[in-house]
Amino acid sequence: MALVLNKITKVVRGETHIKPTSLTLETGHFNVLLGETGSGKTSLIKMMAGLDPIASGTLEMDGADVTGLTTQKRKISLVHQFFVNYPHMTVYDNIASPLRVAGMAKSEIDGRVQEAADILKLGPMLKRRPHELSGGQQQRCALARAIAKDSQAVFLDEPLANLDYKLREELRELLPELFAGRQAVVVYATSEPEEALLLGGMTALMMDGSVAQFGKTAEIYRAPSTLTAAQVFSDPPINDAPVRKEGETLVMGDIRWPAIGGASGLSDGDYTVAVRPHFILPAATDAATVPLSGRVSVTELSGSESSAHFDLHGRGWVSLSHGTHPYRVGEDHTFYMDASACLYFAPDGSRAA
Amino acid sequence: MKTENQKAWFFVLPVLVLVAFNALIPMMTVVNYSVQETFGDNLFFWEGLTWFEQILTSERFHAALGRQFLFTFLILVIEVPLGIAIALSMPRQGPWVPVCLVLMALPMLIPWNVVGAMWNIFALPDIGLLGYTLNHVLGINYDMTQDPLAAWVTIITMDVWHWTSLVVLLSYAGLVSIPDAYYQAAKIDGASNWSVFRYIQLPKMKNVLTIAILLRFMDSFNVYTEPFVLTGGGPGNSTTLLSIDLVKIALGQFDLGPAAAMSLIYFSITLFVSWLFYTLMTKDDLN
Repeated sequence: MALVLNKITKVVRGETHIKPTSLTLETGHFNVLLGETGSGKTSLIKMMAGLDPIASGTLEMDGADVTGLTTQKRKISLVHQFFVNYPHMTVYDNIASPLRVAGMAKSEIDGRVQEAADILKLGPMLKRRPHELSGGQQQRCALARAIAKDSQAVFLDEPLANLDYKLREELRELLPELFAGRQAVVVYATSEPEEALLLGGMTALMMDGSVAQFGKTAEIYRAPSTLTAAQVFSDPPINDAPVRKEGETLVMGDIRWPAIGGASGLSDGDYTVAVRPHFILPAATDAATVPLSGRVSVTELSGSESSAHFDLHGRGWVSLSHGTHPYRVGEDHTFYMDASACLYFAPDGSRAA
Repeated sequence: MKTENQKAWFFVLPVLVLVAFNALIPMMTVVNYSVQETFGDNLFFWEGLTWFEQILTSERFHAALGRQFLFTFLILVIEVPLGIAIALSMPRQGPWVPVCLVLMALPMLIPWNVVGAMWNIFALPDIGLLGYTLNHVLGINYDMTQDPLAAWVTIITMDVWHWTSLVVLLSYAGLVSIPDAYYQAAKIDGASNWSVFRYIQLPKMKNVLTIAILLRFMDSFNVYTEPFVLTGGGPGNSTTLLSIDLVKIALGQFDLGPAAAMSLIYFSITLFVSWLFYTLMTKDDLN
């Protein structure tokens, strides 16, 4: 089973919100929509769910064209960022409501509700109302409602965004188990690159209402096809700067390094270099050999990792490394870059090496 | 340091005085009248519960009470569903919202006696727009001054015209407070329009509807001005509601004792039914 988007667009009052988008989303793994707020993740989900009209293009579900079908007739589930449960119904009735609407037999409804509640550890709360639950429990209830139903597609729109850190971790670990073995296309929208990497599967990078890149999550992280894709899929933001290839050397202002790996095949000219922050280290290693000197402006320590923001030729660059380091804010520090981890992009933004 | 003193009583005093003059003293005066026979020169004679017995066993009272319940029942049965239906069909956003709200609020802004006078003229068979049209254009025999049925249809229609807006505005307030997410969730569950109404809109409107029904019950049960101006209680006694009858006894016949006893019975019924309504409608929330 697959959900096929064929050049679908969204237009609101003459303004294009989603540019022609084509994707094939399949069962068996998470399909992550990764992008910043406003990049079009929710718009895309709403169109797939039939909540917003598709301006042009077609949408196929399991081989059938569902473009013009109302939401009620599409077999889907949706979990929002906000915990949406019917406030006057008990948890049991909330989970059972889509099944009742579908006219399922009482005994089967009971079985399914119990099953969903077991997986999501809601057993003792079935008789409570949503407002008597904690945020995490409310979202588990919404998830239980989504999985109890026979859906062809399940849309999760930043379901963990409103939960605090611990609950988010806990629930994220539950997610793969929830959808394992289900014949449903699972679409998961998130704005956090880390979450996409943890969920794996396939990822579509969204930017300004269109898909910048679509592929296996780990692969597009390693090999972004455009500068935009590299920027979307990096937290903290990827470092970039203009660079010039001259013979066997790359030149960035007064910094030079030898062209190694894919870079050796580049023809001479202007490029943009992009390096993830964890390839910029505070001290030289076997791999990190290119010295970069800059004034440290901000330092942050987050548990086992520390980051330093420094000024490199007027651009803000970031270094991210394990351990703690005695950076001094306002003073110069020499960082070392791993040249083999550099990504090179042509002036039009496409990947060069 | 001890800061305890009795100053707080001064802050409560204005309210106590207000309530005393506004409610307690007039009420006790009525109680006073209800157990005594009053003559000119302010002569009072103790009568005990005689007037209460007289009122409770009087057929005239039973008939007026019956008409009162019929009136209130009919207007609730019409105004509540109609009000909800209008609220559901009103736009929830866009430029027409204020237009609809103002149109809805208009009837409620008109003074009660003006409403009565307006409908009186409107329904007159020879010169009123409604009366003339029905009789002379459509050929329907309609005369509220002669025909009790016509009189009832007119007072009910007038009340519906005047007060359905209250139900509409309160229901509408309940409706617009429902977040879009619930409608979306219902659509995704595959719910029909009826299920959306039954399981999302109605429960969300419940609190405001309780208030609307309570207000409409109390107001319609105590209604006086509009039907009095419209029909004067006629033809015959056919539209003599409790309040109209009460005023007849008190000010027409000057039977202050029975009128006072009737007032207290009237008040008890209103209070009891309101309490009953409220308890029944909020029962679920307590569980």
